[in-house]
Amino acid sequence: MANDLLTILSRPEALSSTITHYCPGCTHGIIHRLVAEVIDELGVRERTVGVAPVGCSVLAYNYFNFDFMESPHGRAPALATGFKRLRPDMIVFTYQGDGDLASIGMGEIIHAANRGEKFTVIFVNNAIYGMTGGQMAPTTMPHQKTTTSPMGRNVETAGYPIRVAELISSLATPAYIARAAVHTPMHAIGAKQKIKKAFSYQVQGTCFSLVEILSTCPTNWGIAPEASTRWLEENMMPYYPLGTLKTPEGKEK
Amino acid sequence: MAKKLMKGNEAIAEAAVCAGATNYFAYPITPQSEVAEYLARRLPEVGGVFVQAESEVAVGNMLFGAACTGQRVFTTSSSPGVSLMQEAISYMAGAHLPAVIVNIMRGGPGLGGILPAQSDYFQAVKGGGHGDYRLIVLAPSSVQEAVDLMMLAFHLADKYRTPVMLIGDGMIGQMMESVEIPDKAQERPLPPKDWALTGAKGRNPYIIKSLFLDPVALEKNSILLAEKYKVIKANEVRWELYNVNDTNQLLICSYGTMARICQTAIDELSEEGLSVGLFRPISLFPFPEKVIFDEASKPNIKALLTIEMSMGQMVEDIERAVVGVKPVGFFGRTGGIVPSPDEVKDAVKRQLASDGRKKKG
Repeated sequence: MANDLLTILSRPEALSSTITHYCPGCTHGIIHRLVAEVIDELGVRERTVGVAPVGCSVLAYNYFNFDFMESPHGRAPALATGFKRLRPDMIVFTYQGDGDLASIGMGEIIHAANRGEKFTVIFVNNAIYGMTGGQMAPTTMPHQKTTTSPMGRNVETAGYPIRVAELISSLATPAYIARAAVHTPMHAIGAKQKIKKAFSYQVQGTCFSLVEILSTCPTNWGIAPEASTRWLEENMMPYYPLGTLKTPEGKEK
Repeated sequence: MAKKLMKGNEAIAEAAVCAGATNYFAYPITPQSEVAEYLARRLPEVGGVFVQAESEVAVGNMLFGAACTGQRVFTTSSSPGVSLMQEAISYMAGAHLPAVIVNIMRGGPGLGGILPAQSDYFQAVKGGGHGDYRLIVLAPSSVQEAVDLMMLAFHLADKYRTPVMLIGDGMIGQMMESVEIPDKAQERPLPPKDWALTGAKGRNPYIIKSLFLDPVALEKNSILLAEKYKVIKANEVRWELYNVNDTNQLLICSYGTMARICQTAIDELSEEGLSVGLFRPISLFPFPEKVIFDEASKPNIKALLTIEMSMGQMVEDIERAVVGVKPVGFFGRTGGIVPSPDEVKDAVKRQLASDGRKKKG
């Protein structure tokens, strides 16, 4: 009886039907879906503008079903600032990787957060440069081998990985800062709650919000997809602990 | 509105407000910081937006994001600051976005100095950022003209969906002159801003981008830009002639405040019995090449002399325009040194006494 069938899962309206270009085992697709679900649930698709970065997710605008602009490398928070200041009624978010946000765009993200710009940042941290072919990122783990750290990241010369969520949490300006992962269904559910929280603060006009999401890069890590999720748990999660680091109310949750 | 005595930087700021450009992003740099100081007070009165950015890199990109709303946006800076904005300017040109960038030039290269110069001509007119693009470049020679050209700049930016640059030297920014600014700029018809990001309500999503991974699509965008520049070249050439007549032996080519100093020299030479005309481009792109060719071709003209506050930049466009029909000389000072009328007069006399070969120095 077709009439008795109940749809319990369908493509979010905020997600387009375009097939993504992401590598097998990469979690960009999951994160895209979570963002789209949140935008649908908050009912803001028709007033949302995304800012695409430079890097693996440069084509993000092809996968979402709302207005988008494309930023120069690292500058997404500056574009988002310009747009949101002129259109505070719109919902604006940047979608950035770790090379984009933690390296070339460090100045833009710190100052946008410090000014308390009322947009949302989805920050995808996979500890490597993906699109350019697996070079060392500011988030690359100590001793992690990449094409530009072939002997492993040497912390004597390259320093330690930058903990972006902690760094931004140190600012006095009120903000919502959280870190999540999506490599298991349980973690994805937790990540969605944080993403929804981040967008909700924006809808209320409360504060800057950023969710750092740990992600996998089987292609450039040179590890099979399933082993990549274990590598993320064993190597990244101890150094990048999950949780809510800062809320505008000033207390951790 | 009655005439008011205003500093160039403040007049430029007020002209933008008059043109409905109440959205401004900037980072302080001498000799134009008064624009930001003025607007920090003025914009709240008109419900505008002013963000002091952390760098000129951020300014350029705030402008980029703000331009995507379809509202009028602008920034002002000086030479090293404009260099930092080149990334965003290239992207905005590639994405067909309107914005106005004011460069109150100081000496360079590098950190250079803080005194007036015209040494960013190449950067403004020939590119600056990467890729196949042009800017509309306007060069005022007085504070009043800076006001008028600011309003024109916003109109042209919207009309052609392109970044427009207004370049003046530190003198324009710092000197006080009597100006008239209307309460509201007279608007001429403009195409609808049906490209602006307003939320995908009842329509397909809009994407503002400059990435075209398909080479055919990228070339198509470059051709689209080139076609736009062709239309601009056909319609937006602006210039002024001073004391140009059939008795001229020499034609000075100069722009901006330098051209005003040349006018003084021309008046004094006239008293000495030497007839010299002035050709002043107001639009540096599109460059008035046909006009300068026609003027240079007149039989009474023995030579041209380009005078700039640089080591010689516009002189290359003058040479290109006259295609060898007459000799083109050059005289320039830079580093913040402004040539005096006497220096200009000497350069004119040297050029007329030369044997007609190109002379630079």
